[in-house]
Amino acid sequence: MLARRNQLWLVSDRFDKAVRERPDICFRTANQARGGHLSGDPRLERIAQGEGLALCAAGNWTARFAPMLERIVSDAEKLRGSRPHIFIDVSQVSSLDTFGAWLIERLRRSLSDPSVEAEISGLSANYSTLVDEVRRVGAAPKVSADPLSIVGMLEQIGRTVAGVSGTVIGLIDMLGAVLAAAANVLIHPRSFRLTSTVHHLEQVCLRAVPIVVLITFLIGCIISQQGIFHFRRFGADIFVVDMLGVLVLREIGVLLVAIMVAGRSGSAYTAELGSMKMREEIDALRTMGFDPIEVLILPRMLALVLALPILAFLGAMAALYGGGLVAWLYGGVDPEAFLLRLRDAISIDHFIVGIVKAPVMAAVIGIVACVEGLAVEGSAESLGQHTTSSVVQGIFFVIVMDGVFAIFFASIGM
Amino acid sequence: MAPEIPDAIIRVRDISVRFGTTKVLDGLNLDVKRGEILGFVGPSGAGKSVLTRTIIGLVPKISGSIEVFGIDLDAANAAARRGVERRWGILFQQGALFSSLTVRQNIQFPVREYLNVSQRLLDEITVAKLGMVGLRPEVAGRFPSELSGGMIKRVALARALALDPELVFLDEPTSGLDPIGAGDFDELVRTLQRTLGLTVFMVTHDLDSLYTACDRIAVLGNGKIIAAGSIADMQASQHPWLRQYFHGKRARAVMG
Repeated sequence: MLARRNQLWLVSDRFDKAVRERPDICFRTANQARGGHLSGDPRLERIAQGEGLALCAAGNWTARFAPMLERIVSDAEKLRGSRPHIFIDVSQVSSLDTFGAWLIERLRRSLSDPSVEAEISGLSANYSTLVDEVRRVGAAPKVSADPLSIVGMLEQIGRTVAGVSGTVIGLIDMLGAVLAAAANVLIHPRSFRLTSTVHHLEQVCLRAVPIVVLITFLIGCIISQQGIFHFRRFGADIFVVDMLGVLVLREIGVLLVAIMVAGRSGSAYTAELGSMKMREEIDALRTMGFDPIEVLILPRMLALVLALPILAFLGAMAALYGGGLVAWLYGGVDPEAFLLRLRDAISIDHFIVGIVKAPVMAAVIGIVACVEGLAVEGSAESLGQHTTSSVVQGIFFVIVMDGVFAIFFASIGM
Repeated sequence: MAPEIPDAIIRVRDISVRFGTTKVLDGLNLDVKRGEILGFVGPSGAGKSVLTRTIIGLVPKISGSIEVFGIDLDAANAAARRGVERRWGILFQQGALFSSLTVRQNIQFPVREYLNVSQRLLDEITVAKLGMVGLRPEVAGRFPSELSGGMIKRVALARALALDPELVFLDEPTSGLDPIGAGDFDELVRTLQRTLGLTVFMVTHDLDSLYTACDRIAVLGNGKIIAAGSIADMQASQHPWLRQYFHGKRARAVMG
């Protein structure tokens, strides 16, 4: 032990002389080589040691100089070879942190070979703990990047397709749970959460009225304007009233409003439930003996099922009003003629066909939103994904439902 | 007022913070010495976290000045502020790990922003930092939601230490850890402070931490520092809250 220490001292003594006399190779950055030499910049110098290798580190070996240090060290790593002894002297290092300590340790490891262990010398007492710590914990990590293979891609596609059935089962599951909760509330009316339902009704219905009315009004205007513009060529201006009435009451009114509600309220439900899930609020409810479906989801579903018919009705009225206004101002169809024609063109059937779809679409939007909300996992990213997925699925199912209804009503002759 | 400390790494002078009509901090003065572990205690709701957040610039103050590393944070321009922010690390109470990034990415995030180093060095430093906070390299691929409470604290500490800061703020580092885990954490802070030469500003409720990890203790009450000094000074103090805190049932248990 003593002998080794003596040897180290000797080496370190020789370093001092050698550094002053003739640095053999100097690893410097381009900046330093150009003469922009700063005293604080890290350096690593090779000192002639006969058969052996001796490197002398100096300057600041800290995070701030990490890019420079990395280049210096990777250059020095090329000196690997079989030698009787290898020393890295760090007595000239003015400051050292984890980055510097690790890079010195990395250099030491890569210069070592099975027969000769490289040694670090000249370590001051306060840095030796750091170097020891880095030596203890540092290891080259095995980073296994996922190779982009065809098998992997196929697997991904397979999983996605298999996931679709899972989604459908999840929706049916939630529908069942909501109906069971609703039945329970019918048996025990005291457990119904009226305050919560009214609160959500305000959020999804009352507060949605301005935007829904505005958008449907504009859509009504556009349909009317386009209809008049094209029908005028055949002198069939007045038929725009038929088109507007049937289109708005049967399809556009409810479909458009449902899409808006999916975007507006479906996303809000998913985000609310998702963040509650993330913060374990839903688990807390469950442990207190409450059913989250009954407490959180049933009031939301009910609010949505009540809100959508109301919004669809208001939307249809706004669209008819907008269409009528454009027909009058742009097409010269005065309001009296418009109303007369409208009464002839549409029957109560058209209105029923439209409004009957609304609660069903609301239920679909609500169930999709709640399933997605409860599927949120710990991360903010997951919340974003599920909210997106809630809106996309909600709109998709609304359109699918609309198609199913169209076939149904056509076959019963309504 | 506490006597002036010449080589203070944080110098807080006369700061006041108000939320609505409640004054949380009222003309508070505090110095933190370079290289010490300062334990910061006080009753719940006294404003310990508020002071931490004020120093790091997350809560606006209505008066007073804050100097960190000798730089007045109000007078500093954006570049100087960034320079200061690079030199400190913060462990938030809940960890505040980025939930959509893995542990590895969380630790590498500040390094990648500030230093232009290779992916290889980033990965190696990540493993070293994880090792320093007592975690195995396998944890690196996990997401924060897959970690236990103690692991979150450790990863958050590793992230706070990612750039080798000179100053670390720890907001209740041992809260929510079991006593053994908390003891390990204190030991860890102590070791890191010794190896990296850190200055540590630690908000805590944990008497064990005060006894085992802290060099000096500052006590917050009524919006001011009511006492600052060694653990012996605290025990000798006649202030009613301090007497209760350091001579209560739990304190006696800790002192054994």
